[in-house]
Amino acid sequence: MSDPILTLKNVHTDIAQYHILHGVDLEVPRGQVTMLLGRNGVGKTTTLRTVIGHWQARAGSVFFDGQDITALPTPARARAGIGFVPEDMGIFTDLTVEENMVLAASSAPLDPARLDWIFAAFPPLKTFWDSEAGNLSGGQKQMLSIARAMAEERKLYLIDEPTKGLAPAIVSTMARALKDLKNQGASILLVEQNFSVAKALGDSVAVMDDGKVIWTGAMAELAGSAELQDTLMGLSMEAH
Amino acid sequence: MTAAPDHTPTFAALTPMERLDKATPILMVPVLVVLGFLAIGSTSSWLTLTVSGLAMGMMIFIMASGLTLVFGLMDVINFGHGAFISVGAFVGVSVLVALSGWTGAASLMLNLAAILLAVIAAMSVTAVLGWGFERVIVRPVYGAHLKQILVTVGGLIVIEQLIHVVWGPSEIYINRPEMLQGAVTFAGAAIEKYRLLAVAVGLVLFVAMRLVLRRTKIGLIVRAGVENGEMVRALGYRLSLVFIGVFVAGSALAGLGGVMWGLYQEVITAGMGERMMILVFIVVIIGGLGSVEGAFIGALMVGLLQNYIAFLEPKLALISNIGLMTAILMWRPQGMLPVVKAK
Repeated sequence: MSDPILTLKNVHTDIAQYHILHGVDLEVPRGQVTMLLGRNGVGKTTTLRTVIGHWQARAGSVFFDGQDITALPTPARARAGIGFVPEDMGIFTDLTVEENMVLAASSAPLDPARLDWIFAAFPPLKTFWDSEAGNLSGGQKQMLSIARAMAEERKLYLIDEPTKGLAPAIVSTMARALKDLKNQGASILLVEQNFSVAKALGDSVAVMDDGKVIWTGAMAELAGSAELQDTLMGLSMEAH
Repeated sequence: MTAAPDHTPTFAALTPMERLDKATPILMVPVLVVLGFLAIGSTSSWLTLTVSGLAMGMMIFIMASGLTLVFGLMDVINFGHGAFISVGAFVGVSVLVALSGWTGAASLMLNLAAILLAVIAAMSVTAVLGWGFERVIVRPVYGAHLKQILVTVGGLIVIEQLIHVVWGPSEIYINRPEMLQGAVTFAGAAIEKYRLLAVAVGLVLFVAMRLVLRRTKIGLIVRAGVENGEMVRALGYRLSLVFIGVFVAGSALAGLGGVMWGLYQEVITAGMGERMMILVFIVVIIGGLGSVEGAFIGALMVGLLQNYIAFLEPKLALISNIGLMTAILMWRPQGMLPVVKAK
């Protein structure tokens, strides 16, 4: 097996006076979708934000593509090849869809072929290309959020709950787009509460509890064991 | 490649009331001008006051435009901005005094050349001053509003005192260049030539800023950074460098505003920037934090209202702008065209 694209070693992160991550150890394999699962408030979002550098790890190390990025600022991590889709989508609502996409291509002009691929995955973005992003529906904003991360080739995508609150048809669109991304060889670390989406996309899983990764394994193993799901997350995820 | 699902999304058309609500801030200046005409009655007086108000508004906009971006982009409350206005005025006036041969000549070209050199000198000095101010005073207090207020007010006081040291404690009177003195008559109204210049400079600056913000990548980064700086950084942009650029440009614009305002008032003092900051903050607040367009509309409204009220009811002139701010904040608590949501 090749070396992982992302490795967290004993990462501790504080937010103000709160100690959120209590020594996270995590490996994200190359070219795979790794699901980061767990109940609300266990540190999944904090883990992603620590990797992108919005919050600095107080202790421990973050390695990306063989490089220690623990002390790097956020822009340097992004330029190294990490794409980030936050839970709140982070859309620039006063900018048009086009301007959001132009901005997302930070190292070179938008590649037309890549844009065609994005339009095929998310047709509404072509329809509303000249519209202010703030006028889009929730699902369309989420499409734009992911499309923005796809605007340039990244080695690793950190995606935080992309299907949260979306209608089933839009969830299917999201899942297909993420599968396309994966098929292109990207590595994805995905926080997802919708277990059917997680099952469909995930290759490997890391389950968190109380600021730590408490279990890692293959998605098939977790999906095939209701008992394991109950043990790890206190409830069967089929309920989601 | 996976086929996308078939669906043809559309936007619901805005209702007439929603359209009116969106357009209201833009309509406020013409509405104020029309109301001024109805209240004043005399066409010549109204025209004189309107040009005077627009000129005053343009100069306030020049001073406020940089501050609103600094406010929006990095959430920095910079009371030291007033110091750049004063320094700009003193540097510019010093250049004009040194070029008294040009300013006293009956040649519009020489007069404008003198003003241009004064403006270049003022903007250069205040740009460098702004760069140092950001590094030494502002950078250590990012994210701490109370400390920002305290240290930037401290910086303002120190720079004011340094002006006293360099240029002396007295106010300095300055004559406008020869060809910009006096007024032209139009439709029976006397309109000061200098005010027309101020309106032209303000308009050119506003159009230039809009072009930069709307048509360039750096403008996109600034606009996006005002709304969500964290996300701009996550896309790979070093927003701190952009912020320094905006801070420096805003300081230079304050210097330009200082020169323009000094020539408008024909007297400069070390405290002029500090006094102007009241109007500048009113404009930034009613325009909406981070919005250049909002600052432009707000500045014109402040200038026009102050001139109209000073003519109609002089005793109310002093509170007219506070009243305007109160009314607008009661209507739109985040200002007319907010880019940054209230924090």
